[in-house]
Amino acid sequence: MKKSRDDYLTIFFIGIAALYILASLALPMYAILSKSIENKDGLFIGLTNYKYYFSNPSLFYSIYNSLFVSIITTVISVTLSFLFAYALTRSCMAAKPFFRSIAMIPILLPSLLAGIALIYLFGNQGVFKELLMGKSIYGPIGIVIAEVFYTFPHALLIIITALSIADARLYEAAKVLRASPLRTFFTVTVPSAKYGIMSACFVVFTLVITDFGIPKVVGGQYNVLAIDVYKQVIGQQNFEMGAVVSVVLLVPALLAFIVDRIVQKKQVSILTARSVVYEPKPNKTFDMIMFAYCSLIALLILTVVGMCLYASLIKFWPYNLSLSLKNYQFDLMDGGGWDSYYNSIKMASYTALFGTIIVFTSAYFIEKARSFRGARTMMHLLSMMPMAIPGMVLGLAYIFFFNSLSNPLNFLYGSMAILVICTITHFYTVSHLTALTALKQIDNEFESVSSSLKQPFYKMFFSVTVPISLPAIFEIGIYFFVNAMTTVSAVVFIYGPKTTLASVAVLNMDDAGDIAPAAAMGMMIFYTNAAVRIVYVLVTKKILVHFQQWRHKV
Amino acid sequence: MSEYLKVTNISKSFGKFQALKEASFSVNEGELVCILGPSGCGKTTLLRVIAGLEEQSSGQIVQKGVTISDLPPDQRDFGIVFQSYALFPNLSVRNNITFGLQTRKQDASTMEARLNELLSLIGLESHKNKFPAQLSGGEQQRVALARALAPSPGLLLLDEPLSALDAKVRQFLRLEIKNLQKKLGVTTIMVTHDQEEALSMADRIILMNKGVIEQIGTPHELYSKPNTSFAADFIGKTNIIHASKVSDSKVNMLGKEFECNEPIPQSQVTIAIRPEDIKITQNPNDANTVQGKIIEIEFLGSYSIGQVEVSFDNQKENLICHLPIDNNEASNLAKNSQINFTLSSNSLKIVT
Repeated sequence: MKKSRDDYLTIFFIGIAALYILASLALPMYAILSKSIENKDGLFIGLTNYKYYFSNPSLFYSIYNSLFVSIITTVISVTLSFLFAYALTRSCMAAKPFFRSIAMIPILLPSLLAGIALIYLFGNQGVFKELLMGKSIYGPIGIVIAEVFYTFPHALLIIITALSIADARLYEAAKVLRASPLRTFFTVTVPSAKYGIMSACFVVFTLVITDFGIPKVVGGQYNVLAIDVYKQVIGQQNFEMGAVVSVVLLVPALLAFIVDRIVQKKQVSILTARSVVYEPKPNKTFDMIMFAYCSLIALLILTVVGMCLYASLIKFWPYNLSLSLKNYQFDLMDGGGWDSYYNSIKMASYTALFGTIIVFTSAYFIEKARSFRGARTMMHLLSMMPMAIPGMVLGLAYIFFFNSLSNPLNFLYGSMAILVICTITHFYTVSHLTALTALKQIDNEFESVSSSLKQPFYKMFFSVTVPISLPAIFEIGIYFFVNAMTTVSAVVFIYGPKTTLASVAVLNMDDAGDIAPAAAMGMMIFYTNAAVRIVYVLVTKKILVHFQQWRHKV
Repeated sequence: MSEYLKVTNISKSFGKFQALKEASFSVNEGELVCILGPSGCGKTTLLRVIAGLEEQSSGQIVQKGVTISDLPPDQRDFGIVFQSYALFPNLSVRNNITFGLQTRKQDASTMEARLNELLSLIGLESHKNKFPAQLSGGEQQRVALARALAPSPGLLLLDEPLSALDAKVRQFLRLEIKNLQKKLGVTTIMVTHDQEEALSMADRIILMNKGVIEQIGTPHELYSKPNTSFAADFIGKTNIIHASKVSDSKVNMLGKEFECNEPIPQSQVTIAIRPEDIKITQNPNDANTVQGKIIEIEFLGSYSIGQVEVSFDNQKENLICHLPIDNNEASNLAKNSQINFTLSSNSLKIVT
């Protein structure tokens, strides 16, 4: 068939998107893989670096440590969040929206902050030091507690989704067949949430094994893979070994990703058009227990945040507890001062703006273009890749790729642009899936109607697709913003003297022993994210409602 | 009438699955043609190929003397209404209808005039500023129709336009669409799986099965002279009976010899008989008459459908037939009663 104007535009955009993915993902990843089999002079030495790595027990032991904390955290975090999600979806307890909001707080903080809070709570001069009964918070205990805090909302969101697609008819059937509540739980509830639980496990596992902030702050002498990458690169300037550890770190993340994809494919939609939504019925004892449990979790979360808030506001822990804002005088410390904070805001705004445009437009072509099936499938697969790549690995890959003098894109190195590109890529997959879900809900015939009416697709895109998808588009923007504010792992390798970031400043101030200012900077990130989130809620409530009148029947 | 659209040997494969096999037909100017068939028969694929939304694997389509089979959809001349209507939910009725009118060539007053013309055509003048979600299904359907007709296309394509509506609205809109189509004289191809819809609306029906066109003809032709057992069975209810040739005008079936008015091509034939052509008689000695037992009766109000079991040569054959209803309930035929019935010589249709 002859190509129409729309077809040429589609080819053009897919071509640009392909080039973008090549430069922001494929080539950097190629760079890091090839670096791991080169020596310092850039000569090919096969697997020599790997042989060295696996024969070095102190490095090799990190694999065990990483797996250990990741698995323990996964079990604890998924169990706690399952109970919490169960309370939110299956009980009639009071204050559900409150509990839900509190549970989301950790998403708004850099993961490091949880570590800092633990130091104030259980460190050498900690408030509750005695509770550890002589054990040190520095090490696996601290890592696991902080990681559970950090991963809790991620697991919770997935499990809430899984639990809220319950079909009331199954529960009625179980009741009619006189199954006990326990039997109903194991034969109806768990199987229907099975894939959600598995997915939560993979997500938590990947988050923990690739996280670098928490082990950096409370890990002490306990080495994990992500720390090794950092140490090799920043501490010893051994880029080749950094690349090797990165590849090693890539393996479990990639495996978890692949297994998760396979599991997700097996999930058939259990919620059909005929399903009846499950409505929990009041049960005093059960509701009370659930309320108590959620209160406890909420209290723990608020304690962590409250501790940081308090620590950031007092003069000198634990000797002078009078309140002051001196810890917020960032310009007096290392880490780039207030400029870091402004840079972060700038970086997060650009990421939200450009990330949303790139993600949504690409997802549109992937989902709605009429031809080029092969190219579109390829683009989708590439869009799924970033989920499997740890931030540290991505950041290091960017050094190798963009810092190379032979690269025409070298001028980007050390600029704000590279931070934005890297962050967009780092958080690409989840945004891509959000966009895809929204687009899949839009009638596929819109494009056909538009072309039968001889209108270019972009007219339809701007006057119909975008307005309909506004909620998803805002959601993607917020997701990019919040994550760009908190991320450390990818950007820690590529920020420049003029582009220091708040989240990295938290890391560096903590490193320099300025823990209170680090907490203060972390809280600044939290305030900003919370404010953005609140504005977002207001915007969706007021303005979006105005633009979305068409959704309502009256 | 002049030929408007000519479809020649269109085939379409999806991987190994062949959705369309050498489909050929033509549509005259101003005609309303229904493509009818069960789900999965390829009828929607055929429509999408005509629209250019799917590319044929082979074959050619000529519209008004121009070969269009290689043109992308936006260079073809058609308007389309989908089963889902695909109305833009965030645009008002007005903006939906004028979506295809907003070009540089149109000035605002011409557009407004066309909009009002279309609105009065579909009788929704007062709904101009509503959103699709605020309209009933039937109203949405008419807006979709107006939007497709707005740029005055030469060809109107309707993909199951009524199947999302409930029975009463559907019946009403059948007439509406047919009248509108005749009034505008726009050549129309409509896809449907509903035989009643096709029979009541179409000038001609293209009957499809498994990617192949089974038969093309007027509704009356398809009903009264089905070529194949599929055609006989799909359109209306029918009894399919295997028979053997006795002479040029006689077949043997149900253990008896029957006169048949159609030419009998070979020794073994398949015969289709409509239930309403099976007449009850009191006289077992009438020509073309056989005896059977009513084993099931389904009361449908104005008549009943009976299942009659005919036993012969240790075989049994079940036929469905229409039974008249008597106002006096007691005098109606009862289950298990023996009846004689006549299959008149011109009711025996030979099909392949």
